[in-house]
Parts: sequence; structure tokens; C-alpha cells
Amino acid sequence: MSKQIVLPFGPQHPVLPEPIHLDLVLEDERVIEAVPSIGYVHRGLEKLVEKRDYKDYVFIAERICGICSFIHSATYCHAVETVMEVEVPRRAEYLRTIWSEYSRLHSHLLWLGCFADSMGYENLFMNSWRLREKILDVLERTTGGRVIQGVCRVGGVSRDIPPEELARMSRELAGLRPELRELTRVFEEDITVQTRTKRIGLLPKDAAWDLGAVGPVCRGSGISSDMRSTGYAAYDDLDFKPVVKSDGDCYARCLVRAEEMFSSISLIEKAIDRIPGGDVLVPVKGNPSGEFYARAEQPRGEVIHYVKANGKKNLQRHRVRTPTLANVPALVKMLAGCELADVPVIVLTIDPCIGCMER
Amino acid sequence: MKAGVMALTVLKNLIKGPYTSRYPYAPAKVSPATRGYLDVTIEDCIFCGLCRMHCPADAIEVNKTERTWTINRFRCVICGCCVDYCPKKCLHCEQSYTVPGTEPVIAQYTGPVPEEKPVQPGESSA
Repeated sequence: MSKQIVLPFGPQHPVLPEPIHLDLVLEDERVIEAVPSIGYVHRGLEKLVEKRDYKDYVFIAERICGICSFIHSATYCHAVETVMEVEVPRRAEYLRTIWSEYSRLHSHLLWLGCFADSMGYENLFMNSWRLREKILDVLERTTGGRVIQGVCRVGGVSRDIPPEELARMSRELAGLRPELRELTRVFEEDITVQTRTKRIGLLPKDAAWDLGAVGPVCRGSGISSDMRSTGYAAYDDLDFKPVVKSDGDCYARCLVRAEEMFSSISLIEKAIDRIPGGDVLVPVKGNPSGEFYARAEQPRGEVIHYVKANGKKNLQRHRVRTPTLANVPALVKMLAGCELADVPVIVLTIDPCIGCMER
Repeated sequence: MKAGVMALTVLKNLIKGPYTSRYPYAPAKVSPATRGYLDVTIEDCIFCGLCRMHCPADAIEVNKTERTWTINRFRCVICGCCVDYCPKKCLHCEQSYTVPGTEPVIAQYTGPVPEEKPVQPGESSA
């Protein structure tokens, strides 16, 4: 038997956009066990809920993550609105859905780029991020912010999208589809991608279920779990169907994300077609009292925002369960038995967002 | 499983030239909605302090007696929360971005001294 050594991976590593530390127990070049440790970017954002007005806290909830920021603020608002029994205008729910899907598009394109980079495919990385710019331009044009949109409010959204802008978005999405098809074709067919991802980082369906994996990680293992199926915001009107693959390897998780981009484009197009008229914001008076768990689908998986209020302007508790935390046990399982050279690719397939996870 | 799937894209990119713009020599792409930095029309400000109270980043200081409105540009996250709350609508977001720096930039604006109200007949001037 070879001698075992422990190799530190992270918190600073070229492949990691954010800091997470893994102690890899190696036997020769094979990983026997991975021991994760977190806590490098804790900011104490949940505690701030006790100091800030519950309406102003939306901006802080949005800054939990720098990628899926809009969905954080929308889910927090959904939780507070449910506690306060506020009826959000239907148009605002549609707009939240449109911006959520744009967030998912830019997050998945970012991930595809980082994933290509993790296997040394620089050209693919650059092309993914080039397409992502087009999504960010739409977000900037319609909300004022590229990655931190800042349009969600308790009671709706602060900005409306005029009909001519909606028509322009629809036209641009139709033009984006062939470009995305060209990009995803490389991920689907290219020999470099396939040799680096197929049958690597296997996560069987029962293991994904037992370990509580969420999002594309569990959908890549054959579990059809997507919070958008529950029909929050305007998803109940948009005939949503989750993308599921059954192989459970890095390739399947990559394909789930690639196909989800097309599903997002279809959802946005349907939402633009069916968006009703009317107000986008209702005035909210008084303070919340009660508690609620709001669940939503982020690009990385299911996020849970728990709020508890006691009738004062500051909430008593805000708790977030982010998808990356739910996927870390699955990551440990995937890493056991893999080759050292495959570790960056496997770590990237859970789309780790450490800023979210530690808040 | 194919090799050279990327070849077509590479060829297109060779012909098309760079997608990036030559910022700062070419102007940055902004839209009318872009939140670049926060600015104040100090003449309209009544120094009520609502912007300071609601700022999520504690970036604003308002002094009513000295009639000053101060913003720490390094703390401001340009969320636009203060713009919503301002009763006189004297706060707005400019579209351009402030220049990067290494030291915190604190901008202070001093409001004009209010004109004294003309004394009405029957009122004491004290």
C-alpha cells in the first residue's frame, strides 16, 4: 500500500473564484477522501436584519451573492410579503420571473466559462463570457445594474419594462439562441470536454437523494427537483418543465446547465408574451409579524429564505440556506476515488458560490 | 465525440476582430437606467436626514445645523434606496462611474444659506 499524504486544495487556487479549503487525502495520485472547511468570507449579513428596516434590508439580501443576487432579493421579498399578506401585482411577479431567468442565463454562462477554464479550454471560456455580456447589457438597460439589479421591493418591483423594450428583448433573445446553440454544441460534442468530464465525479441517484443535493447537481443524477415547478412568482403560468439527465457525472451536470439556458430563454419569451398590464408596486404599510420559509430555484439549486418578525420594523431572524451548502456533502462523495487532476473539474461542477454559502 | 468543433468559432473570431472596446479611450457603454454614482442637487436639499436613516451601507452623513451633506464614496453601494426616500427628489444616480482610487473618497456638499423670510406685519423681528 502506498503512503497517504494530505494535499491542501484552496482557499487560494487558480480554479477557485472564491475561497473554500479542501484537505485531499491522496494515495499516489488518487483522492481517498476530501475534508472541506469553510469560513473564509463570512460577512454576518443575516445579523444585520436586526439593525435595518425590513424594507431597506432587501438591498442587503441582494448582496448575499454577486451572481444570483436578484433571486435572493426576490425570495426575501416573497417571504416578507407572505408574512404581511401583501398581494403583489401580477405584472411585478412576471417581471421578477423575467429578471430571475436573465440572472440564471448569465450565471450559467459564467459557470460554463469557468468550467471550460478549469479544464484548460481558454477559448471556450472567453466565448462563454462574451455571450454573457449581452445578457448583462439587457439587465443594465432594464434595471440599472449589471449584476446587482436593485429593483426588488417589498410589494413588487421599482421599475417597469415598457412594451417596446420587451419587444426588443424578445428580438435579441431570438438572435441569441443560435449563438448559444453554437457554444453549447462545443460542450456537447468536443472531444476535449468529453474526455475531461464523462464518467468523472459520479454521483448516483440514491446518493444524490440521501445527501440532499439540489439544483443541477441532483438533476444531473436523475432527480427531477426544481423549485420552479412549485409555481412561485409567474412560473405557474409558464408551463415549466425541469431539465433532467441521468448519468450523474460531470458531463451530465454540464449538459443540464447548457439545456437550462434554452429553457430560460423559452420562459422569458413566454413571460414577455403573456405579461399582463397594471401596476408593478403596491404600497406596503405597517410591520410584519409571523414567520415564513420561502423557497426558490437559483442557478445553483434550491435556496431557502426564512424570516421571523414580531411586529417591529426590524425582523427578528433571517436565515438563508444556500444551494452550495447543500451540495458540499455531494461534492465530498464525488471526490472520493477520483484522480487529483480531475479535482478542479469536479469542484466546479457543483458551481460553488462561497460568498452565498457563508454570507 | 468530435475534434475541432471549435474551429468554426475560432475562424469567425479571427475575421470579426475584438469584441472588447478600448476603454478608457472609447466611452464605456451605459444606458439611461445605469446607476453610476450618487449625486445631490444641494440647493434643493432640506437636510431632513431620511437618506442617512435608510442607507443600507451607512455611507451618508447629514448635518442640519451646518447644512452639509456628506457621502463616503467607498461605502456607497449605489443601491438607489436614498433616491426613493428623498422627499424633495434632490438625489439622483449619475450614469458614469467614479474613478478608482486607493484612499476613501469623501465628498461633502454645503447647502446655500437660506434667505431670511421677510418679516410680516405684526411679527416681532427677534
